[in-house]
Amino acid sequence: MKGSKGPAAPASAPLPAKIAIGSESTTSLLRELVAHLRQNRTQLREEWARRITEAELLTAMTKEEIFAEATSVYDNYVEALETGTFEALQAYARNLSERIIPRGVETHEVVGIVLLLRDVLARSLFAKYQGDFTKLNRILDAYEPAANRIANTVAVGFVQERERIIREQQEAIRELSTPVLQVRERLLILPIIGVIDPQRARQLTEQLLRGIRTNRAKVVVIDITGVAAMDATVANHLVQTVEASRLLGATVIVTGLSPEIAQTLVTIGVDLGKMTTVGDLQGGIEEAERLLGYKVVHFAGETPEA
Amino acid sequence: MDVPVLKQGPYLIATVQSALTDADLAQLRRTLVEQVGRYRSRGLIVDVTAVDVLDSFACRTLRDIAHMTGFRGAETVIVGIHADLAFAMVQLGLSLEGVTTALDLEEGLAYLDRKQRSVKALGSRPRQSAGPRNLLHPRG
Amino acid sequence: MEHIPIRADTDVLAARQKGRALGLQAGFSSIDITLLATAISELARNILLYAHEGEIELRLLNEGGRRGIMVIARDQGPGIVDIERALQDGFSTSGGLGLGLPGVKRLMDTFELKSTYGAGTVVTAVKWELR
Repeated sequence: MKGSKGPAAPASAPLPAKIAIGSESTTSLLRELVAHLRQNRTQLREEWARRITEAELLTAMTKEEIFAEATSVYDNYVEALETGTFEALQAYARNLSERIIPRGVETHEVVGIVLLLRDVLARSLFAKYQGDFTKLNRILDAYEPAANRIANTVAVGFVQERERIIREQQEAIRELSTPVLQVRERLLILPIIGVIDPQRARQLTEQLLRGIRTNRAKVVVIDITGVAAMDATVANHLVQTVEASRLLGATVIVTGLSPEIAQTLVTIGVDLGKMTTVGDLQGGIEEAERLLGYKVVHFAGETPEA
Repeated sequence: MDVPVLKQGPYLIATVQSALTDADLAQLRRTLVEQVGRYRSRGLIVDVTAVDVLDSFACRTLRDIAHMTGFRGAETVIVGIHADLAFAMVQLGLSLEGVTTALDLEEGLAYLDRKQRSVKALGSRPRQSAGPRNLLHPRG
Repeated sequence: MEHIPIRADTDVLAARQKGRALGLQAGFSSIDITLLATAISELARNILLYAHEGEIELRLLNEGGRRGIMVIARDQGPGIVDIERALQDGFSTSGGLGLGLPGVKRLMDTFELKSTYGAGTVVTAVKWELR
């Protein structure tokens, strides 16, 4: 093999096979590397775990846990180097992420520990080959791309898992936070709790409008007892929701306006004439039932204005 | 694009079957105002179930129709506005204020019927009881 | 990319149908497609109303996998004298001949208006796929 002192496969073809020879040499170098990492497994693993603790990474985990995980990652790492396949490592990274994300492990910690391992291993290679600079260079050339790919695989796996969990949680929160309840025929209740931002306000409106269509609702009670504060944007959303519901033929009753919110609405000039408001949810439901049961009287009473 | 107008008893029902141009809309307004008079209709239903967009001009035309036929003795109900469409309309600031709306044709007709009955029964008919049988307990 | 010339009221329908088709292609939700089509309708209508002719250009965007649709409404009409007022959120439901631009702004995610008095108006607005 051209310029290779390592255990070489017989170099048969001359020029055209240069690339093949090169990769052959990489393979053998990696094999040597893997052997080294296997031999020094105990010591390198410990060194890595020590560096993790020192760098104050994975603080949510105990020393024993860190060591156990470090062992698994280490073995998977060596295996990925040996086989050049990343599936096992990928699966492990996902599995690890799934376990540690709920404990509050952050992305920078995961990236940090993988980079530390890369560093620990590189240092051990420096130590081993410091006498043979050419060899060290070639070993590092073989090690570097593989190590980068491994680091990348683990970090990306973690981030993907994290995003998946966040998406799931958002979905759950969304559903929890905007329940459109059918209390009885043609009557929907929408209790809103918590903070309303424009995005949530839009979701709420969408769900309510769909709910009105599906349930053929005539009256909707929106209860905002659980809403702490309301700014002009959100108040306008509320007005829009009321108007859009009316376009579908449903009357909206808003209940649970706190004195603070009422004050806000007046200050920002929301036209309260556009919505029916009733003090509390109980009263709102009673009013809704009156509307549903008293249609004749109700509409007759409206005639003079129409 | 012609909009079929159906006469049903004291009502007219106009079913918009596809997107309308401004000229179509203006034509629809003329036709409906004219026919409401000719048939001495008491109510008019404009069904927009098949309509995907109601922009400012379309909304203005619908409102004009409602007001003009109102002057001629017929109440207009717009029915069949989609949920998505309702959302887009209010975002645009178009809420068809002063125009009666109902979920669909069935609801629109029911509304007009109730209205007719209450007009006829004004003052003479015994009122329905304040607590209808099935609505006694709000949470029941 | 689509260019729809706006010269007659039928072109308003054509423009929003193209917008709807593009929205479907981009995988927009039905509500976003309706918001987009309504905005296009309104912009095309403004062209007819104030400049008599112009064009609507529709572009499919992709920014890091997130898809969007850009609407550019262009005309060589009289332009807008008081841009600030045209964009004021008067929330006019009176049905007067308002430009409806604040409404369009609300329907879309980004909105930009460039107008030179006497030389025409360009409105550029983007609707992004909801994530």
